[in-house]
Order: sequence, then C-alpha cells, then structure tokens
Amino acid sequence: MTSSAGPLTDGAVILDVVVPARAPWSAVVNKGDVLTIVDVGGNQSGDCLLYNAHDTGERYSVPDTIAWGGNVYVRTGTVLRSSEGNPLATVIGNEIDRQDTIGGACGKESNTLRYGHHTASEHGCRENFLAEASKYGMGARDIVSNLNWFMNVPIEADGTLGIVDGISAPGKRVAFRAEMDILVLVSNCPQMNNPCNGFNPTPLRMIITTAGHE
Amino acid sequence: MADEQGTGTVRGARADARAQGGKAADAMPYLPASSTPFPPPGVAPVTLTWAETVAGGNYTHMVIARGTRVRLDDVTGEACAHIVVYNAVGSWERLNVADTVKIPWQAYLGTGHPLLSGDGRVLATIVADDSHHHDALCGTSTAQANRARYGDSAPQGPSPSGRELFILAAAKHGLTPRDLPPSVSFFKGVRVEPDGGLAFTGSAGPGTSVELLAELPLIILIANVPHPVDPRPRYTCGPLRVHAWKSQPTAPGDPRWDATPEALRYYLNTAGYAAARGIA
Repeated sequence: MTSSAGPLTDGAVILDVVVPARAPWSAVVNKGDVLTIVDVGGNQSGDCLLYNAHDTGERYSVPDTIAWGGNVYVRTGTVLRSSEGNPLATVIGNEIDRQDTIGGACGKESNTLRYGHHTASEHGCRENFLAEASKYGMGARDIVSNLNWFMNVPIEADGTLGIVDGISAPGKRVAFRAEMDILVLVSNCPQMNNPCNGFNPTPLRMIITTAGHE
Repeated sequence: MADEQGTGTVRGARADARAQGGKAADAMPYLPASSTPFPPPGVAPVTLTWAETVAGGNYTHMVIARGTRVRLDDVTGEACAHIVVYNAVGSWERLNVADTVKIPWQAYLGTGHPLLSGDGRVLATIVADDSHHHDALCGTSTAQANRARYGDSAPQGPSPSGRELFILAAAKHGLTPRDLPPSVSFFKGVRVEPDGGLAFTGSAGPGTSVELLAELPLIILIANVPHPVDPRPRYTCGPLRVHAWKSQPTAPGDPRWDATPEALRYYLNTAGYAAARGIA
C-alpha cells in the first residue's frame, strides 16, 4: 500500500515546502497546528528537535518522552515531552511501524568514532542543527539528543542496538500536533556511511496544517 | 548583660555555632578525604581526593582531574545515582546519551562502557561494576513527574526531583538549566522489551558499586533520587557513597584502549585533545 502525498490530517495548509537533501530547516508550529513530514524518496532520516517557541530553554527530551510513555519507540499517540516533562507535541499519524528517538544525530566528530577519521570532512546533522539553531540565538548547549523520523534503530534483548535498513518507503508520512507553540528544527540527514538514508540522501516535504480558531 | 550561653549576643551566637562543629551525620563529606570511615578496599586513604555520603533525595558535585577514579557505593540497595559530566575546561562539551549508546552499539551500561560527549570524545569510562542495574534511556525525574507521583518535587521538600537538584548543582558551576542534557543513572535497572516497552528491573541489592574513570578534567553532577520509572508509590532512595582517588586515564596498552574500533578512536580523539590542550 502506498500513501498519497499530502497532509495526514484535515485543515488548511499554511506551509508546504520541500527541504533539499542534506539541508537544515526550521519553522514555528503554533499550538494546535499539525506538521506532516513526507519521506519523499523513501528511508530518509529527518533528525528533529523541538523547543518551546517562547522559551527555548525548554526543549525536547528523549528520556522524558521515553519514561512518561513507557516505550523507547515513537508511534501514533506518543507524546513528545520537554525537559520539564510538558507535552510539546503528540504524534497523530504515522505510516511506518515505529520511529526512532534513541539514535541521536550524526556529526563530524561522532563520524570519526563510527567510521574512521577519513570521514571528518563530511557534513552531519549536528552541523545542520548548529547552523539552524544559530538563527535563533542558540548554540551547542541547545543541541540535545533528538528524534529521527523514518530511521530504524532496533534494540535487541541483550541491549545491542544500531541503525539498520529503513522500514519507510517513498511517500510515507508522519504527523504531529503542537501542544504548545513550538520551534521545530530538522536536519535532513546527510549521512552516507550507514543505511539511515538508504545511502542516498533525498528531500523531505514539510506541510503545516491548521484547524483554524474556534 | 545578655546571656553569653544563649544566642542573644554575637559572642553567644558564635559560641553556639562553634559548639556545633565536629558532629557527625549519616550523610556528609569527609575532609580531608583520607579521614573517610569507609575507604574503598585496596585504595590507600592518602590517595583519596573526595569522600562523601550523599543522602537519598540529595545531590553533590565536584571538579575532578583527568585520571581520577570515582567509586560509587550503593550501601542499602536503594541509591540511584543520576549523573551528568562536563569537560571542566570547556563545559559546552558534555554527556551525550545518544552517542553513549550508539557508538558502542549497546544500550545497557556496564564495565567498559564509555560516557561519551557529542564531540567525539570519552568523558569517563565505566571501569568496574558489580551491580549491572543501570540506565541510559530514562533520564531523571522532573518537577512535573514528582508532583504527580509523590505530591511534591521541591529541593526543600520530602521528594526532590532529579532535575531540580541538577539545576542547583549546575548553577554552582556557572551552568544554567539549558546546560542540563539527559543524564544516566546507576543502581536501578531498565530493560527494553521486544515491543519497545520498558521493564524496570530495580536494584541488585545492597553493597554493589560502580567505578568511573575520568578521561578528561570533569565537572561531575550527581543527584541521588528515585529512578523515574521506579513504580513504588513511596519516594524511596538510600544513601550513596562517593570516593575518588588519583589514578591514570586510559592509555595505550590498557585492554580498553583498543577493545573495539570505536573505542580506539574515542580514546585517540580524547588523548589528542588532552595533548593539544596541555593536560595529557
């Protein structure tokens, strides 16, 4: 079954943009509005961080999302929580089995550990995050562990984990509703050394819909 | 004339304050560290640089030299040591839990596991562990969570949250809440089930310990509070003993140095940084 491209929810489209392969992106999604991310080319990791748009000191928290939700995988219904335990967003639609929030972001420095020092000149998600965060006055301390839309990171019984071949496909979508006004940073992952992008970085499409005001 | 035995005068208050010194409490720092009543086995007390018992629901913090070995003892089996570490000579470099589980291809902490920064270096290595009940996935508790579970979260209350204690500890090193990344915890275990669900495995029982080796000069923050998915309705947390002594960072020739390709590169990156920084 293939999914049709377009928002995963009803409502007026107020933004519809394509993020080029390897590039960063950001937008404010207002409370109640929905961001649908379309995996245009299939198995393209979208590394993602969320912040309270009015106080970026409050930001996405992997452990709070996991501990409150009681599950390490992100699926429909998962509440994406902040460092203060508050709901930033709720996943309301998801066309793959599970989304990742364990695997973190790639970066020039961590690439040297994972693949060797010959990869040190390659661009990474950490660099995308830092570049995009700088537009909002944020820096290295604001880049915390993140979500990875369309990335597949199984954890085996003995704790072995890693990024394996993706379970997404062209046109698959995920959507989350902002539970407060949130700043969303996305790195369209440029990684070429593991299967997180199918060894072929491709664009992501971002669609924001609004239900309007009652 | 005011009674100098009371606290109605400065001299009386001074005498009263000074009379309180020298008392012992169940939880306290031991100074000099060599005076600890609980020296770790096989460690010459004179080499100790930090010795302390941290009460359940309390916190501690220290700046420690590269090569320091830190031993954490769970005396009663009810401690839960939540930890964040920073490079003390560049504190924007700090614990990154994603890299800490991703780079070693392993979610569960144990002997040999590195605590990695996001900068391609190892801040500390777990060099001994007989508890095997630890967690790098769930972080620590928040005000929201503790208010919901225990009715209160404040540091001055009966059930402080880990994040609120970390905020205090961090502030004492010039760091703000923005500087608090997700933490790891020792002495309470979590395992992941096939569907991704969390299974709390609790404690290994009294008398276990973990030892960390500082691979760079570190700011270390420790909050001793219940694990965030500990299902018990009562706020349950026992004392944590902390002892540290001078040792050597991981170096070529140590089995850890090149135990895996990733280990070799994070130790190389760390040693290279230390050499360039003049702190090798």
